[in-house]
Amino acid sequence: MTTSSEDVLLSVGYVRYKKGDGTLYVMNQRLAWMLENRDTVAVSHKYADIKTQKISPAGKPKVQLQVVLHDGTCSTFHFVNPAGADAQAKDRDQVKMLLQNLLPKFKRQIDGELEMKSRLLSLHPTLKHLYEDLVISKVLSSEEYWNTPTLKHYTDSSNVKQEAGVSGAFLADIQPQTDGCNGLKYNLTQDIIDAIFKTYPAVRKKHVDYVPNKMTEAEFWTKFFQSHYFHRDRIASSSSKDLFGECAKLDDQAIASAMKNTTLDLTVDLPQFIEPVPLLPTDDEPTHDKDRGDSTSIHRNMIKRFNQHSIMVLKASHKTNSSSSSSSNSKTTNNNNKVVENGVRETNGVTEKRPAEDKCSTEPLEKKKRILEKIHYEDLEDSNKNAETQELKLSKVERYLLGPSSQMSQTVNTTNPPPLSALASVCQAWSGGQQCLRPVRVGAGAAVGALGELSPGGALMRHQHAASMAQLIPVEVKSELHRLYLSCGEVLRELWRSFPQPGGGPGEAEEAGARAHAFYEALLRFRNVKLRPFEEKMLRDLTPLATTLTKHLNQMIDTACAKYAVWQQRQAKLR
Amino acid sequence: MKLTVDGLLVYFPYDYIYPEQYAYMLELKRALDAKGHGLLEMPSGTCKTISLLSLIVAYMIQNPHHVRKLIYCSRTVPEIEKVLEELKNLIKYYEKSQGEKPNLTGVVLSSRKNLCIHPDVSREREGKLVDGKCHSLTASYIRERHEGDNSVPICQFYEGFNREGKESMLPYGVYTIYDLKQYGADRNWCPYFLSRFAIIHAEIVVYSYHYLLDPKIAEVVSKELHKEAVVVFDEAHNIDNVCVDSLSVRITRRTIDKSTAALQQLEKTVAQMREQDAARLTAEYEQLVEGLREAAVARDTDTILGNPILPDEVLNEVVPGNIRNAEHFLGFLKRFIEYIKTRLRIQHVVQESPAGFLKDLASRVCIDRKPLRFCASRLSSLLRALQIPDPSGFAALTLVTHLATLVATYTKGFVIIIEPFDDKTPTVSNPIMYFSCMDSSIAMRPVFARFQSVIITSGTLSPLDMYPKILDFNPVIMSSFTMTLARPCLLPMIVSKGSDQVAISSKYESREDVAVIRNYGQLLVEISACVPDGVVCFFTSYLYLESVVGAWYDQGVVASLQRHKLLFIETQDSAETSFALINYIKACESGRGAVLLSVARGKVSEGVDFDHHLGRAVLMFGIPYVFTQSRILKARLDYLRDQFQIRENDFLTFDAMRHAAQCVGRALRGKTDYGIMIFADKRFSRADKRSKLPRWIQEHLRDSLCNLSTEEAVQICKRWLRQMAQPFTREDQLGVSLLTLQQLQSQEQQDKIEKQVIQK
Repeated sequence: MTTSSEDVLLSVGYVRYKKGDGTLYVMNQRLAWMLENRDTVAVSHKYADIKTQKISPAGKPKVQLQVVLHDGTCSTFHFVNPAGADAQAKDRDQVKMLLQNLLPKFKRQIDGELEMKSRLLSLHPTLKHLYEDLVISKVLSSEEYWNTPTLKHYTDSSNVKQEAGVSGAFLADIQPQTDGCNGLKYNLTQDIIDAIFKTYPAVRKKHVDYVPNKMTEAEFWTKFFQSHYFHRDRIASSSSKDLFGECAKLDDQAIASAMKNTTLDLTVDLPQFIEPVPLLPTDDEPTHDKDRGDSTSIHRNMIKRFNQHSIMVLKASHKTNSSSSSSSNSKTTNNNNKVVENGVRETNGVTEKRPAEDKCSTEPLEKKKRILEKIHYEDLEDSNKNAETQELKLSKVERYLLGPSSQMSQTVNTTNPPPLSALASVCQAWSGGQQCLRPVRVGAGAAVGALGELSPGGALMRHQHAASMAQLIPVEVKSELHRLYLSCGEVLRELWRSFPQPGGGPGEAEEAGARAHAFYEALLRFRNVKLRPFEEKMLRDLTPLATTLTKHLNQMIDTACAKYAVWQQRQAKLR
Repeated sequence: MKLTVDGLLVYFPYDYIYPEQYAYMLELKRALDAKGHGLLEMPSGTCKTISLLSLIVAYMIQNPHHVRKLIYCSRTVPEIEKVLEELKNLIKYYEKSQGEKPNLTGVVLSSRKNLCIHPDVSREREGKLVDGKCHSLTASYIRERHEGDNSVPICQFYEGFNREGKESMLPYGVYTIYDLKQYGADRNWCPYFLSRFAIIHAEIVVYSYHYLLDPKIAEVVSKELHKEAVVVFDEAHNIDNVCVDSLSVRITRRTIDKSTAALQQLEKTVAQMREQDAARLTAEYEQLVEGLREAAVARDTDTILGNPILPDEVLNEVVPGNIRNAEHFLGFLKRFIEYIKTRLRIQHVVQESPAGFLKDLASRVCIDRKPLRFCASRLSSLLRALQIPDPSGFAALTLVTHLATLVATYTKGFVIIIEPFDDKTPTVSNPIMYFSCMDSSIAMRPVFARFQSVIITSGTLSPLDMYPKILDFNPVIMSSFTMTLARPCLLPMIVSKGSDQVAISSKYESREDVAVIRNYGQLLVEISACVPDGVVCFFTSYLYLESVVGAWYDQGVVASLQRHKLLFIETQDSAETSFALINYIKACESGRGAVLLSVARGKVSEGVDFDHHLGRAVLMFGIPYVFTQSRILKARLDYLRDQFQIRENDFLTFDAMRHAAQCVGRALRGKTDYGIMIFADKRFSRADKRSKLPRWIQEHLRDSLCNLSTEEAVQICKRWLRQMAQPFTREDQLGVSLLTLQQLQSQEQQDKIEKQVIQK
């Protein structure tokens, strides 16, 4: 038995797990459960894996205990002591108390950040490679690595969680159940309460004001369900008794102010649709709602509430990230604070004010855009024509065609520009912008010539042997090279980035200098630790290609180093 | 592309063309050639506007002696702005292909409220106030006073325009509201008066219906327009109602109270003036004696509203002696108002003809018909003489004088109805006097008579033969076009029963039936569960909408609806509705989906488009008959029967079906769009209703789609939506519903198009 080696702190019989009766053992290191008459442990959870424990509420017929693990799974144990509910509860409470004491000891202080990082690395193989190449080989420190823009991109984007909106029917989903004796029972879950608070800031505010000082949570919600606010078909009582009478008014105000502050799209701005006859009194004078029969005004009120409900639900799900992050922050703080903070926030957030002058200046443009959108028929217009081609103007065509390699070649000092007689005409066409759509302009002979230049061995392909190498090198070398490029690129980019901007202040330069130095060092380390071994290996395995493979990498590193040297000199001079 | 339509070279600013557009242009050209009027129906979303504009502009350029002007009337401000942008597009295309701008000016005229750039005045939100304030800064006597006394404020923009603006004409081009404001602001000219001046000379004028149809405004604004003009009424399916409304007056007790107060104020002013400056009153009197009314009218800033009657009815006589004197006139008005007051104090409904009204008036308070006819012009002359800076305070009184003038002028085609209370609330006294025009041809006739060609067009004019009857004109061209489609992008269905096989219908006897309401609810819930994005529903009236929503809440329909989509509902407050609409759009655009409950004949159904994802399905709950118990409607029906031999039922069905078509047509705005149209009423499947739908809907309404239950409809929807979700490219359309120039020119296509046009 595995348990023999451990101390059993407590064993409880009559515990049911997944329809099997057995014994629950609370041990030093773990929680285990064994099926009756077996001697293998069916369930075993290390305390370190357990996140929390939950117990069933007092009144429930079943007495249960649930443990939730870090990976999200959970196990439920049902206490079925034949001695009765009290004994079951006693058993359970024993386990609970013990676990309560044990769990914190084992609670790994899991650094949330670390966890996130490891998850990131496991999710993205490229990042993992990078990490191995750069951090494990000590080219970069871990901190530097996590601060590179590539990583920032990942960490940031994973931080922004998309918040789930509010279901439109959340109020309707609270199905009341009759309890048999003229009472109604509403089941409220945390989700529903959250939805109510999110959608109705006014209710949240009430909640803050009244709970727990003036009434209990349960009383509050009882009142809520009794109010007309929940029952839309009841007329708002004007008496001050109704706790939520004010909420309706607050909502009205919020909607009214939002109405005032939103610029209406011209296509829906109904009051402006018809040009009125000047001077004459308009027909649609406000109809007196109160004069009308009661039934219609109830309906009218209800319709208004439906509209408001939808608008607020919509708004609740359109909340900006800032408020969502604040709510997630506040979860850790104590309950009361959270509500205050958010309650204030929401009421502020109700109005979407825009400065008046700003509105005026953008209005006609937006309006025009909207009209154009409306009269645009995609099928009538030729889509090709719409893509207006930007003219490409080149001062030195050769340079464009040869790419940076011709510059690089200065150090190697190779060719003079290749004979471009044939290409010249192609380039002419290119620089002519739209004419490039008509290749007919280039003579057939010239075109064939140009093709020749562009094929391996041609004037333009002198530096592009690598293209043919693709077939020559084995796959694993290729992937290794790929990784090298990736890591090298990362370090190089950081280095280039850390050169100060031309217009930067002196302090910035200082800081950048340090950064640049760090990355320069890192680059050199990279060359020594990663690139050199690779080259040596290549020399051994793939002699004819060895140098050419890493030539470009070396070139890039050389350029960066040269730049660093020049920059260093200049810095020195300045001092 | 440049195409030839029956020998006319037309510049069309797109690379492709729909076959029906070409057919439309063909028909339009025939109407212009014949110098007659036309009635053209083409589905929405087939670019009627650009077809109209490009053909008429081409015609104007090539036949400058036949057609000198295009007057394009549309209904709503957004429509007007759209037309202007399309026109701009067209002119740009001309410029691109010809190298220079065509010698055309297109200009919009809108209300002062939309055009004002005066820093203080333009800040007013209500049109009425802007008009009043503008008048108080620009009226001729105010400006005269300013000359004597610099502290009297005037409008610098009007002054600027008055000094320089009238000498030059607007450079060629198209001017939208925004352009006009910009142009005015650059030169310190008033855009409103600039536009008023410019429309006289501009080749293309775009404005609202009222400016041509409402005699009060037309007299001021459109008096000097060329006769050799083409007038286009776009979105004209409701034109008869606009005509009727422009000649109708509604007087409530509040109007009377206000006008009594205004009258007292006038009396005071007159008495004051009698003491201080009697000369001015005498001068006015003299003027009236000599019939010099017209001289004063020439000052365009002084009149905001003209005579409420049509120009051919205006008496060219001097004002009768008994109302020439200011005090006498006020006494006269007082008597008239008192008379109306007593008439409003009744317990039962009264309906009488204008002649009877006049007779009673003469016997009770001794007011003759003739001086009554001059009431409106006499009051405006008095207000001018008294140099009232802001006439907006006298709106109610003006309305009363309009009633006086109208009732004394027209004896035929009008009716007076006095209702002591609203039918729904018989206990609350709320007397209203309606002076209602029953004959839409009265306001329309001068337009037909005056202008060479009048084109009435819309997406929903079926049945076409009704319009010539109710507007009393003789069209040379009357055609309905369908939409050629490469895929069945509209799915009309008639759902006649719920899943429990109970017939659904909004007819009066069964509309409050719980089963019917529940079935409507179930239909909507199921549709909203399977249709993506926006779903729009139309009810027959606000009252019905309200009671159905109440019932749905009790039945739990609302809750299950909210589980699928957000719910928005049109209310009677248009600002509130606008806000709900903008949120509806937001909900659709965020992918959440929304349901909008709206009302046929409401503001939403008349002016808001639900294109693409904003309306994937439209449901029409019931047949949107007008409120048939209304006395005005009954009077109108009687009149139509007697005068035009239109049977009541025919007219009611026609009216209901055009609104139903209008509602469902909101969802389809183009051939790349697609939408489901559900007519949820058993009665729709009857031949007399079905056949009155526009042809482009009827064509797709196969017999198999005419008697569906909720489940069947949902099944069909699901299948169809899957089909519509497939990619749809131009290649699919080309040759069928979209043509290149070559395809258009092929003989085969030409024949096909020729066949498509159905002439009635």
